[in-house]
Amino acid sequence: MAAEITIHLVKTFPGRPPIRAQIRYPVEGATVLILFGPSGSGKTTILRSVAGLEWPEEGTIRFVSRVWLETASGIRIPPQDRHIGYMSQDYALFPTYTVAGNIAYGLSHLPSVERKKRVNEVLELFQLRGLEQAKPRELSGGQQQRVALARAVAPRPLLLLLDEPLSALDAPTRLHLRDELRVLLKQLALPSIIVTHDWAEALTLGDVMAVISAGEVLQVGAPIDVFSRPQNADVARVVGVETVVKGRVVEATGGMVRVSVNGTTLLALETELSGPDVFACIRAEDVVLEQGRASASSARNHLTGTVQSVTILGALARVTLDCGFPLVAMVTRSTADEFKLALGLVITAAIKAGAVHLVSRQES
Amino acid sequence: MNWIAIWVTCKLAGLTALALLFVGLPIAYWLSFSRWRWKFLVESVVALPLVLPPTVLGFYILIAIGPHSPFGRLYTELVGHPLPFTFEGLLLASILYSLPFAVQPFAAAFDQVDRRLIEASWTLGVSKLQTFFKLIVPLSTAGLVTGAVLSFAHTMGEFGVVLMIGGNLEGSTRTVSIDIYDEVQALNYAGAAKTALFLLLVSYAVLLVVYAVNRNVWAAWPQK
Repeated sequence: MAAEITIHLVKTFPGRPPIRAQIRYPVEGATVLILFGPSGSGKTTILRSVAGLEWPEEGTIRFVSRVWLETASGIRIPPQDRHIGYMSQDYALFPTYTVAGNIAYGLSHLPSVERKKRVNEVLELFQLRGLEQAKPRELSGGQQQRVALARAVAPRPLLLLLDEPLSALDAPTRLHLRDELRVLLKQLALPSIIVTHDWAEALTLGDVMAVISAGEVLQVGAPIDVFSRPQNADVARVVGVETVVKGRVVEATGGMVRVSVNGTTLLALETELSGPDVFACIRAEDVVLEQGRASASSARNHLTGTVQSVTILGALARVTLDCGFPLVAMVTRSTADEFKLALGLVITAAIKAGAVHLVSRQES
Repeated sequence: MNWIAIWVTCKLAGLTALALLFVGLPIAYWLSFSRWRWKFLVESVVALPLVLPPTVLGFYILIAIGPHSPFGRLYTELVGHPLPFTFEGLLLASILYSLPFAVQPFAAAFDQVDRRLIEASWTLGVSKLQTFFKLIVPLSTAGLVTGAVLSFAHTMGEFGVVLMIGGNLEGSTRTVSIDIYDEVQALNYAGAAKTALFLLLVSYAVLLVVYAVNRNVWAAWPQK
């Protein structure tokens, strides 16, 4: 039997839609599953059920050959016996313990010499040297996040569970730590499940992604597939970014970045990236269609494309163009009528450099 | 001043506070962490000594431990003498009488502990019991000190229950408050004044500790 994680559960809360989740996916060394969805969608409840902190009314949770929950046969393994690493959104560092004390907290089963050795290893790995004796309240947000992760990883868990690992940080720190976290997860070679509502985090960190809305799992797949080929309109609405394409940074000058996407060049604002491989992400509503070449708009990107499809969605129309890569635009119906949008029409798409979001991509 | 009465009172108050640390902690833990919907029934029973006249409480305890009750008979058989009007009987009554003064501050302190910290501890493989001693107790020290000190102080000043259960036996059940009453009955106002002043000063000192600990005016122990 291939190594798999199975999550089937039903959990109801008064006054909210019930959570009915079914996720099953293969795990290798360091597979990262992203639970993606808006707040209140039930993704945190699913994560907490895997941790053993929430008890679904019905369900089965299996990790490789271990059964953690099987309501049908009355199996309910408590969190202490699941050998997981769990990090909550606010890190929950123990205020009465030092950094070293927090990391050693879950290691009391080890003899003192080995415990010290492991604490030192983890301090080294998470670059926390020099902060051993500090109390959590003396640390910055980024440092707290590293200590919380170090504490969760120290007892060598089988599975790492992270609830919105970056959401408590300010924006610049978050961007920086997103890449750092990706490198760390690969280094740890440990399967993990990460809850997030940030699509950039999902793309950067995830190998598999489950889209969750109103307690239901809508789609499970590789993040780029989920973003660029949503199974239905609900998924598209939840993920919110219609165009996600692989690109490579070819030049960065004067605050601008030139990215080559399948032969087409896109201009984007410079941002912190960990390498030249990127995902270029564009929201459909940021794409403006123009007729003819002469353009009055200040947009830095003018792409010529052929109309591939036009779907009317109420007052809006979703237009797919082939600009060397598939580009999705959202226009009003009156614009669609005015431009006589039809299959095969050649048209110009204008996109501001600030609307092209670049996200680091793992080389595969 | 009646030093024997002071010694009896301090011994009674100290042992009561100590016993309530052991008895009160599990009750407070359960009250704070249980999600049982009928929990308020137990909460009300624990709070009863706050509103009952000490004579009523003393009367029921006297009946419960007296030679005609099953418990009283068992005790007499095992120990050789009945429980009422002994120091041990008085101690038992004091523990019940001061129960809310220990349990309520303990439970309030446990309520303040962030549940996410406790969950983090569980996911690190630490059992519920170990989590209690490694995490919850260190985070609740102010409440634990308050509960212990309040039950000590409350026992120091009790009168009605002592009279009902302990009687007034020099050296074993005559406490300070009874001694003051006796002095006044004997028109020895000077003796009563001294003992009363002693009780006043002790009570004031105890309350100083409680308020200082809870307001962190001055660190009673190093802030962790």
